[in-house]
Amino acid sequence: MGLHEGKIKHLEEQAYRMRELLIEELLEAGSGHSAGSLGTAEIFTALYFHILNHNPKRPDWKDRDRLVLSCGHICPIQYAALALAGYFPVEELKTLRKLDSRLQGHPHRGSLPGVETTSGPLGSGLAQASGIALAGRLDEKKYQVYCVTSDGEHQEGNHWEAALFAKRHRLGNLTVIVDRNNIQIDGNTENVMPLEPFREKYEAFGWYVLEIDGHNIREIVDAATEAKVIHEQPTVIIAHTIPGKGVSFMEEDYLWHGKPPKDRAEADRAIRDIHAALSKLRKEHK
Amino acid sequence: MLNSKVKLSRKIFGKDVEMIPTRDGYGDGLVMAGEKNDDVVVLTADLADSTRAQAFAEKFPERFFECGVAEQAMATVAAGLGTSGKIPFISSYATFSPGRNWEQIRTSISYNDSNVKIAGHHSGISVGPDGVTHQAVEDIATMRVMANMTVIQPCDAIEARKATIQAAKVWGPMYLRFSREKTAVLTSDTSPFTIGRAEVLWEEKGAKVLIIGCGPLLHHALLAAKELKKEKVPVVVLNSHTIKPLDAKTILPLAKKIGAVLTVEEHQVHGGLGGAVAELLARECPVPIEFIGMQDTFAESGPPDELWNKYGMGVEDIKRAVNKVLKRKR
Repeated sequence: MGLHEGKIKHLEEQAYRMRELLIEELLEAGSGHSAGSLGTAEIFTALYFHILNHNPKRPDWKDRDRLVLSCGHICPIQYAALALAGYFPVEELKTLRKLDSRLQGHPHRGSLPGVETTSGPLGSGLAQASGIALAGRLDEKKYQVYCVTSDGEHQEGNHWEAALFAKRHRLGNLTVIVDRNNIQIDGNTENVMPLEPFREKYEAFGWYVLEIDGHNIREIVDAATEAKVIHEQPTVIIAHTIPGKGVSFMEEDYLWHGKPPKDRAEADRAIRDIHAALSKLRKEHK
Repeated sequence: MLNSKVKLSRKIFGKDVEMIPTRDGYGDGLVMAGEKNDDVVVLTADLADSTRAQAFAEKFPERFFECGVAEQAMATVAAGLGTSGKIPFISSYATFSPGRNWEQIRTSISYNDSNVKIAGHHSGISVGPDGVTHQAVEDIATMRVMANMTVIQPCDAIEARKATIQAAKVWGPMYLRFSREKTAVLTSDTSPFTIGRAEVLWEEKGAKVLIIGCGPLLHHALLAAKELKKEKVPVVVLNSHTIKPLDAKTILPLAKKIGAVLTVEEHQVHGGLGGAVAELLARECPVPIEFIGMQDTFAESGPPDELWNKYGMGVEDIKRAVNKVLKRKR
């Protein structure tokens, strides 16, 4: 997965374009989750535009890498990535959460090309990704299975059952990326139900653990590359992110976990922030 | 008399009636399905032996996955396998799966349209000494209410084997319900079995009550039918092994003609086969109906036969219920 400086710059800018798209999506929908979607823009950009071996024209291609979104509520960012990658028209993003739309409020497999699993209820993605990884091994396929999870859903028993399972069945073709943004609906994760020491939990479960800055494209790609060469053992990449990243008034505020911009003016304020960050990036890139 | 077309066992009414648990039929069926199709895989949550998945595990170790005591992981791992071209059977006790992992089944299997077969074992109160914690009497209801889910309870070990083999061939999420105890073998290798098609096991001219049952309690229904015949109360006994989709094509003409119905199941009388039949008849042909099953209570530990009698699922209970519904007939 060679990555030259030019590509990194392009991906960094792409992440901000996705942020703008998802603000428009959320405004149009009138409900949805802003903070986690904004905070994972670099992760989804790196996945769909560099890491994943996929073909948007052939979403059912048997050898494709699989991306399982466990925390379904941040689907607006996945939808933006899928649209920009060419799975469906970008204009369709405006139908999010509306009647007769393929863009369900939480992702539904079968409704939209590129969606590998149905998710929303938390803690069930890792196990499904494990099942897909097992199937890949049975079929002697080379594909890698990526599972994006939130940190809050690590309070679910189902997730840790699956963490035991993936280790026991030596799922080396499985890479988990945790969006460690420290927030959940009711507040800061460490106040609601502490997850620390987080890294040590995975280490105790026998996983290969990497820890990165989740907004650094180079670090995301390097970690995914390293994870792929770890055999017979699942890898978790703990990606530290800023919830609401890119929109100053949403950053680090758990109250933005589950709500969209309330009106056009608020969305415009958000987009002004995103544009400012994008111009700053472009200046740095020159 | 027994319906000759369905080629039932000749020993049904004899003391030498064969007694085999339906879970054994599941175990045999798994191996046969596995031989036919490499995509069949089996998962268990630390209950390989008692759910009879062990034979498959020994024959196809590379296609057998131990999940440990983790029914939620078992259902969701299976969901991933099922969306990747595999045909997973998940084996545990029904109180745990589909009991504990109901939401995982709803979202990740049913709504996700994953081709998973859920095998719920130790259903009913005949689990016996283990007590209420292990006696599933709500599972038909909780699975039947789910969209995109087929629900089947085979009446004996032979039908259990056929149901398992057919489940592997028919695409879609499916719930299969099995029992722990040895129960009477009613059918034979040549008896017809098609998912979704009910079979008349016993028929009499001028039948006054239609008994619709599922599972091993159909043996009690047949024993009752034979005695009722002597008492000049002719009945029809229908094996509705597929609870969802219910075989309305077979049930409705019989219910219309006979005009009174008794349902028999080892399940709560609410939401199970009785509920499904009542919903159908209320809409299409309202006739008096009575329900044999758990009457909105939990059971207790004890020997299966004594439990059936104490909780109203014995032969005498069925006879009484037939006479009761007969009195209500217009």
